[in-house]
Amino acid sequence: MSRIRTIARRSFLIGSAAILGGVAFGTYAYRKPYPNPLLGRAGVALTPYVLIDAGGVTLIAPRAEMGQGVMTTLAALLAEEMDLTLDQVQVSHGPASSAYFNGAVLEEGVPFVPTDDSWLAEGTRALMRVPAKFLGMQVTGGSSSIPDAYDKMRRAGAVARAALVAAAARRLGVAAAGLKTEGGAVVAADGTRLAYTDLAVEAAAVDLPDVPALKPRADWKLLGQSLPRVDMVAKVTGTALYTADLRLPGMLFGTARCNPALGAAMISHDASAALALPGVVKVVALKSGVVVLANSTFAAFRAAEAVTFEWAAASYPADTAAMLAATGAAFAPAHNDSRKRNDGDVDAMLAPGAGFEASYAVPYLAHATMEPMGAAAWLKDGHLQVWAGTQLPTQILVEGAAITGLAQGAIEVHTMLMGGGFGRRAEMDVIRQAISAAKAVEGTPVLLTWTREEDMTHDAYRPMAQARARAALADGKVAALDLHIASPAVIASQAGRLGYRIPGPDATIVQGAWEQPYEFANYRVTGYRVPAGVPVGSWRSVGASQNAFFHESAVDELAALAGADPLAFRLSQISHPPSRAVLEAVAEMAGWGGALPEGHARGVAFCLSFGVPCAEVIEVAQTAAGIALVAAHAAVDVGVALDPRNIESQVQGAMVFGLSAAISGEITFAKGRAEQQNFWDYQPLRLNQCPPITVRVLESGDRIRGIGEPGTPPAAPALANAIFALNGLRIRQLPLNRAVAFA
Amino acid sequence: MWINVNGTGVDVTADPDTPLLWVLRDELNLTGSKYGCGVGACGACTVLLDGVAVRGCQIALRDVGAGAVTTIEGLGTPEALHALQAAWIEHQVAQCGYCQSGQIMQAASLLAQTPAPTDLEIDEAMAGNLCRCGTYPRIRAAIHAAAAQLQKA
Repeated sequence: MSRIRTIARRSFLIGSAAILGGVAFGTYAYRKPYPNPLLGRAGVALTPYVLIDAGGVTLIAPRAEMGQGVMTTLAALLAEEMDLTLDQVQVSHGPASSAYFNGAVLEEGVPFVPTDDSWLAEGTRALMRVPAKFLGMQVTGGSSSIPDAYDKMRRAGAVARAALVAAAARRLGVAAAGLKTEGGAVVAADGTRLAYTDLAVEAAAVDLPDVPALKPRADWKLLGQSLPRVDMVAKVTGTALYTADLRLPGMLFGTARCNPALGAAMISHDASAALALPGVVKVVALKSGVVVLANSTFAAFRAAEAVTFEWAAASYPADTAAMLAATGAAFAPAHNDSRKRNDGDVDAMLAPGAGFEASYAVPYLAHATMEPMGAAAWLKDGHLQVWAGTQLPTQILVEGAAITGLAQGAIEVHTMLMGGGFGRRAEMDVIRQAISAAKAVEGTPVLLTWTREEDMTHDAYRPMAQARARAALADGKVAALDLHIASPAVIASQAGRLGYRIPGPDATIVQGAWEQPYEFANYRVTGYRVPAGVPVGSWRSVGASQNAFFHESAVDELAALAGADPLAFRLSQISHPPSRAVLEAVAEMAGWGGALPEGHARGVAFCLSFGVPCAEVIEVAQTAAGIALVAAHAAVDVGVALDPRNIESQVQGAMVFGLSAAISGEITFAKGRAEQQNFWDYQPLRLNQCPPITVRVLESGDRIRGIGEPGTPPAAPALANAIFALNGLRIRQLPLNRAVAFA
Repeated sequence: MWINVNGTGVDVTADPDTPLLWVLRDELNLTGSKYGCGVGACGACTVLLDGVAVRGCQIALRDVGAGAVTTIEGLGTPEALHALQAAWIEHQVAQCGYCQSGQIMQAASLLAQTPAPTDLEIDEAMAGNLCRCGTYPRIRAAIHAAAAQLQKA
C-alpha cells in the first residue's frame, strides 16, 4: 500500500548526499533557477521531485492535497516514467520551496479566450510562465496543478530513470540501451536486477542527459487509469494527519478570537476571567485580537469566550443593504475595470429602454471547509517550524521571516493534509497567528484551531456581485448581448493581504463571462470594480462562480423569449467543437427532450472556465415538501484525462459545492459583522438532498486542463433554469431558497 | 474518571463537563474523530456509544458513564479493515477525508440497526453528516456495498 510521508528535512541534510541523506533526482526544470530543497547543497542538485534513500523511493507532490487527489496524480506522473507502481512509493508534499513554482497559475489572467490557440495567445500564455517562475510562488489553485506538472513532472521522472539506468550500465559494464526498468529496479538482459535504492548513490554522480523522450501514451500503465488514491486508506481509518492532529512534545493547544469587523483593530481587551479558568496558560495579544493558549483545545475555546474586548469599527459599509447599494453604485464609468470582450457594435443594436433587460445578484459566500482553519508553529533555537494545510507554502517563509526576524533558510514548512481548501487556504491569517503565538512562548510548540464560529465569521469571502444584462434577438438567435458585471476585485484583495499590489484590471471580475464560446455577433462584457470592502478571496472557481449564473441565466431567458429549446438554442450559437461536444453529451446523458413525469423539469447551463468546457443538466421535481433535485448530469472536456474516476469525483464534488451555494449559501452583514455563525445558519447541501450525479469525461486531445473547479460554475444556473422550466419562476438572485422552498 | 474506549478502560483527567470529542482528541490522542462545528450540526465527531451513533461534541464526559465508546480507530485499522472501511476504499469515497470518520461511524450505526438499508433509509440516517467535498453519491454506493458484504459474511 502506498503511504504518505512527512519529510523531516533535517534527516537528509545531515551527512553525505548518500543513503543517509537521500538522493534526489531528475530534471531540474529551466536549468536550476532555484536550489534543490531536497539536498540543501549547491552543485549536487538535480531535481526536487524524486528522493531515494534506504527507506525506498519518495515522490514529491508539491501541491496542496485538499481533497482533489493531486498527490496521487502528481505521483503517477513521476512513477509512470520511472516504471514504478504507486504501492512501491511514498508520497510527500515536500518542503516549501520556490523550486516548486507553479508556472500555469497565471494563465487565467491572459487577455485571450481559452479557445484561442493562435500563436499570439499561446505565446502570451508561455510568457506568463516566466513571471510565475521568477515570483517563485509555490501555489495550489486555479485548477493549474495538472497543466503545470504534466510535462514537468514526467520529465523529472524520465531523467531520474535515465540516471539510474546509466548507473546500472556503468556498474554492470554494459550499454544502457540493453537495460530496462520495472518494479523499482533496473533489469539487465541476463535477468540481473539492481534495485533503485541500491543504485541511488551512483546515479547521483551521473552526468544527466538532456531530457529523455517521454513515454508515448500507448505505453502508459498508470496515467489514463483510475488509480486508488494514495491517501485513501489513511482517510478511512482515522490515521490521516491533518494539522489539528499534530502532537508535539510539550505542545500548547490554542485558538484565536479576532475583531468581527474584518481587518479592524483590537482597541483593548480584558483576559483576567479567561486566565482564571482551568488549563489556561497564556493570552497573547495581537493587533486585531488574541490567541488563547491552554492545555487542551476545549479549554482554549472556553477561555476565548471569556475574554472581553473593545473593537475598532469596520472600514467597510456596516450592513448588507449598504453593501448592495455600493455594488449597484459601481455600475459607472469611474469604476470601469475591463472590457475584455467587445464584438460588433452593441450600442448600435440595443436602443436604450428597448429589448431584454434583467438584473442579477449573488451574495457573499463562506468557504466553510470541514476542517476549520488551524496551524501549528514552534520557534526554538533560532529555527521556526510551521505546520499548516496551505495552498501557498512559500509565502509562509515570507511571513515567518517578517514576524520572527529569522532568515527564510531558518524556517521549515510542513504542508499537512487539508480538510478542504476551496481557496481558503491561500490565506495567511491563522498562520500568522500561530507564528506570533509561538514567538510569545518561544521554545514551546503551539497548535491553533479556530472555532467554527471564528472560521465562518473571519473568512475571505466569495464576493457579493451584481450583473445587468441587455440583449436583443433576431431570427431566433442572440443578435446582441451587453453584460455589465460589478464585483470587488478578488486578486487585488487577496494579494493585498500578502503585501503585493497587482496593477491593471482584475480578471476575476469578468471570469466565466467574457471568454465564453458563444458567437453572438454583437457581444460585450464590461467589468466594474466595486471599491474594496469586506475581504474577498478565491472561492472554488472564483469569478466564474457568480458570472456563469449571470451569463447562463441571461442566455436561458433569451432562449425562452425566442421560444427555443434552451439546449438547442445554445448549440445553435456555439461552434467550438469541445464545447458543442459537452452540450451534446449532457443532452444524451439526461435524455434531454424526452418525456418527464408530471411535476418534473430539466434545466441546462454551460460554462467554459479554466479552459474546460462544462455542461450540466439538473432535473427537479415539485414535491409536497418543496423542490427536490432528482438527477444531475455533467459533461466536461479536460483535453487529456489522467485519472477518470478522480475527475468524476471532482466534477461531482464541484457540482455539489455549487448547488450548496445556489440553494442556501449566503453570508450577510450587520453592524460590520458576518451574521452567519455555524452550519445551522449556513447550510451546505446534505446527503438526503443530493441527487445521483452522472459525469462523462471527454478528451479532445487538446491541452491538458485541471478539473478542481470547472464543475462548479454551471450548477447554480442549471438549477435556476430547471426551476424556471418547472414553474415559470425566473429567479435572478441567489440563494434560491429566498424565492422557493426546497425539499 | 474511567471510561471504556475501543474495548479498553482508560483513566481520564479532563473536567467532567468536557465534551467527549476533546477527551478523545486532546487527552487520549485518538485524533480520528474530528472537530467540525461543536454544535452537533456536521457529524464530523460521530462515535458510537453502546453501538449507537452520537455526536462526540455534544456528549459530556460525565454522561459517558460505563458506556462502550467506539471511535474510528476502534472500528478497524489499515491492517484489519472493517467492511465499511473496505467499501469506502473500493468506492474511493474520500476526497479531503475530514468528515469521513464521522460518516463511517454513522453508517456503522445505521447498518447495526438496519442491515440492508434502502436509499431513503440511508438518506435519513446520513442527513446529519456534512461533506463539503460532495462525496455523497459515493457514500451511498459504499454503504450499499458494505451492507451486502456484511450480509454475506
